[in-house]
Amino acid sequence: MQAKIILSSEEIRKAIQRLAHQILEREPNLKDLALIGIQTRGVCLAKRIQAVIKEVKNEDLPLGVLDITFYRDDLTAIGLSPVVKETHIDFDLNDKRVVLIDDVLFTGRTIRAALDEIMDFGRPKSIELLVLIDRGHRQLPIRPDFVGKNIPTSLEELVEVKFEETDGVDEVAIIPKGEKTD
Amino acid sequence: MKKSTILIKGAKVIDPATNFDAVGDVFIQGDTISRVGNCQGCHADKIIEAKDKIVMPALVDMHVHLREPGREDKETVASGTKAALHGGVTALLAMPNTNPAIDCAKTAELLSQIIKKTAQTEVFICGAITKNREGRELSDIAGLKKNGAIALSDDGSSVDNSELMRKAFKAAKKAGLLVICHCEDKTLSQDGAVNLGFTSTRLGLKGIPKESEYKRLGRDVELAKETGARVHIAHVSCKESVEIIARAKKEKVAISAETAPHYFSLSDQAVLGFDTNAKMNPPLRGKDDVEAVKAALRQGIIDCIASDHAPHTPNEKDIEFERAAFGVIGLETELAAAITELVLPGILSWLELSKLMSYNPAKVLGINKGKLSPGAPADIIIVSPDKEWAVGKERFFSKSKNSCFLGRKLKGEVSCTIHRGEIKWSL
Amino acid sequence: MRWKRKDLLDLESLSPEEIEYILTTAASFKEVTTRQIKKVPALRGKTVVNLFYEPSTRTRISFEVAAKRLSADVINISTEGSSVKKGETLIDTGKNIEALKADIIVVRHSASGAAAMLAQHLKANVINAGDGWHEHPTQALLDIFTLKEKRGKIQGLKVSIIGDIAHSRVARSNIWGMIKLGAKVTLCAPPMLIPPAIEQTGAKVTSDLDEALKDADAINVLRMQFERDGVEAFPKSSEYFKTYGITEERLQKAKKDIIVMHPGPINRGIEMSSEVADGANSAILEQVTNGIAVRMAVLFLVTQAKNEKKHNSH
Repeated sequence: MQAKIILSSEEIRKAIQRLAHQILEREPNLKDLALIGIQTRGVCLAKRIQAVIKEVKNEDLPLGVLDITFYRDDLTAIGLSPVVKETHIDFDLNDKRVVLIDDVLFTGRTIRAALDEIMDFGRPKSIELLVLIDRGHRQLPIRPDFVGKNIPTSLEELVEVKFEETDGVDEVAIIPKGEKTD
Repeated sequence: MKKSTILIKGAKVIDPATNFDAVGDVFIQGDTISRVGNCQGCHADKIIEAKDKIVMPALVDMHVHLREPGREDKETVASGTKAALHGGVTALLAMPNTNPAIDCAKTAELLSQIIKKTAQTEVFICGAITKNREGRELSDIAGLKKNGAIALSDDGSSVDNSELMRKAFKAAKKAGLLVICHCEDKTLSQDGAVNLGFTSTRLGLKGIPKESEYKRLGRDVELAKETGARVHIAHVSCKESVEIIARAKKEKVAISAETAPHYFSLSDQAVLGFDTNAKMNPPLRGKDDVEAVKAALRQGIIDCIASDHAPHTPNEKDIEFERAAFGVIGLETELAAAITELVLPGILSWLELSKLMSYNPAKVLGINKGKLSPGAPADIIIVSPDKEWAVGKERFFSKSKNSCFLGRKLKGEVSCTIHRGEIKWSL
Repeated sequence: MRWKRKDLLDLESLSPEEIEYILTTAASFKEVTTRQIKKVPALRGKTVVNLFYEPSTRTRISFEVAAKRLSADVINISTEGSSVKKGETLIDTGKNIEALKADIIVVRHSASGAAAMLAQHLKANVINAGDGWHEHPTQALLDIFTLKEKRGKIQGLKVSIIGDIAHSRVARSNIWGMIKLGAKVTLCAPPMLIPPAIEQTGAKVTSDLDEALKDADAINVLRMQFERDGVEAFPKSSEYFKTYGITEERLQKAKKDIIVMHPGPINRGIEMSSEVADGANSAILEQVTNGIAVRMAVLFLVTQAKNEKKHNSH
């Protein structure tokens, strides 16, 4: 089976625009809003959304970055050698309305880990979930509030999101499992 | 009663007594070798086809710790001699550091009885130099001689008091006994655990300097020179010791020397990883010492190879390195180690090997062994020289399994051991 | 890279990449210790046993804090009044602890090689917290971490280790770690406290403190033990201080920004003066802080090595 490109660079740009405007629709005055991106590509996405909002409203939303490695539920099963990236939330989470941002929503376990970690930082007023792609197959009761695109997939497939900042190109593709290119 | 006969056919026959080294047969009648070489026309009760094999005198191992009486959990005369046969040894010298030590007529008699009742092959008795090997008072040397001792040694320790050692040498000379010297200066070796050098530094262990061995060796050589006693140096491990022995031989001092297989097979690198099966006394030395020992064997500066078979239970070995007992077993690996390290690489010929492991030890001890000549006792081994085998605990007949060759592959396997014309071990 | 080691026994056998990997992981854990909730659930449900045959407060507490910050359960065993005094062997003690389903055993012992021996016989992870004179890997790792944090990299740094090198496991681990990462190491000790053939590691050796201080970017000052096995090891401590003690006067001849480290506890007035211990060049307290992060990294990584199954989830 070949790799199939689901979103081109232009389509990604449009989706991000749409997502940013959806946030603004729901929270027009941006009061207490904060963005938290999940490493690694959730951070890229969060930064882009922050940039669009700045363009439209001329306001810098606080942005945090989160590495969820130490909160994963499969740590002892995988035996991975994690490349732990930066976790940095330099604003007070208490009473903030957090938009948690990731590139792909799948089983929901990453989001569960991120929620636990955010709670260890403080007590936000609310947390909403924004993802670029929802590929289905949830294993936990997690639902996104903002979705770029819903893509039904089979478990034999992988969804690969590439951003220019990390991978040199903007692209979302479905590839057969075992053929991951990074 | 008609004697039983054995004919060994078509092997490479080695007789170190006559320098015989050729393909041929060996005909045994009863407990004696009857003919060597061309045995056409000899009719035998049993024929052993030995093409591509080596037939040589059985080994005479002059440094073995059988541990009985006192530590029968480590080894007994019975199990040790069984292990000996498996390794191709039919005559061995039992060291006296037992409990009680063999330091008087009574204890020598005790050991004699044990040997008579349980030994699977010939065991010769070595008596202690000093009472209980404490280095304070001479043992009953005359009594030991009377009850069968053919040599004296405090092996495991050296006699620190030089005056006492001089007296011992004189008494041994008078009694016609060989003195086997374990050369160690405890003020230098102290509680060291490995050779002093980069390895001891890397491991953070207290080191044993080579001076401990060769300085004491120097003293023993001087005493030998002075008293004229027959002296044999045990387990030579380093190049300085080799040099001192070479010099002494040049000066015609009545001195002989032995080394153990570990000193020509392994350097102190074997201890890295804290393997207590590489812990022995004297310790494994540097690579240049290993080369010096090999050269000394080739040049005849070292006369004998002896195992220094030192069985220990896991209680004494599977503990912290510095607390672990010194010593490794060796009866069942000494021949293969020698073949692998010395013969196959071309350092020694089969004849030279046989001299080191059979003929010379017998000569030093003054016993009629180590020959494959007509009229000699039929103590013979048949060896597969190229057979490679993995050294594992399950292969040992010894009660203890503390071998420094565990996990390695050695070449050379004894397929048959004949003692006094009787097949006592075969594959 | 993949972390494959079930145990951490020494730095001598580690590759430079492995050492860097531990340091990088430690940096992430250091961030955790700046949070309000200084805890991550990474080792939740795991049991860490501190098996200390030698008394130690700081190392043991450091491991305990590190384990607890990873949400592990911690049990401390010191050998006073324990079954060990009744003659239980090290391996038997280890197996008993393993039978209680301990996951990680942190062991400190007076015999070189004790940790290696335990690791060979046990399935549990074993971390060497100091074995005889042999190695103290986590101490060296935190020393290196501290230096790296302050100087950016270890490569090319001139580091001098000063004190009783012969009997120091901290020295050995530091020598291996620093040299593998490209530092230029000088060892400084009275002649009888320099171990044989130590130059074969690549370190320079001197008995002159001024030479060791000259141009050094950092010094690691070892604890001096004056009684060993009941015998005086070095002429009086005041003499040691005169010749090898680090004082502000001595540091005049060194670089102004030289980093002064010490594994602790400090013998003030013997290895160094109070002024130096508390002075601007001292990184000693940072070492203690970094020790937690480094030990968290080590505890975390060894548990990773046990499992091989692959998994993928978003």
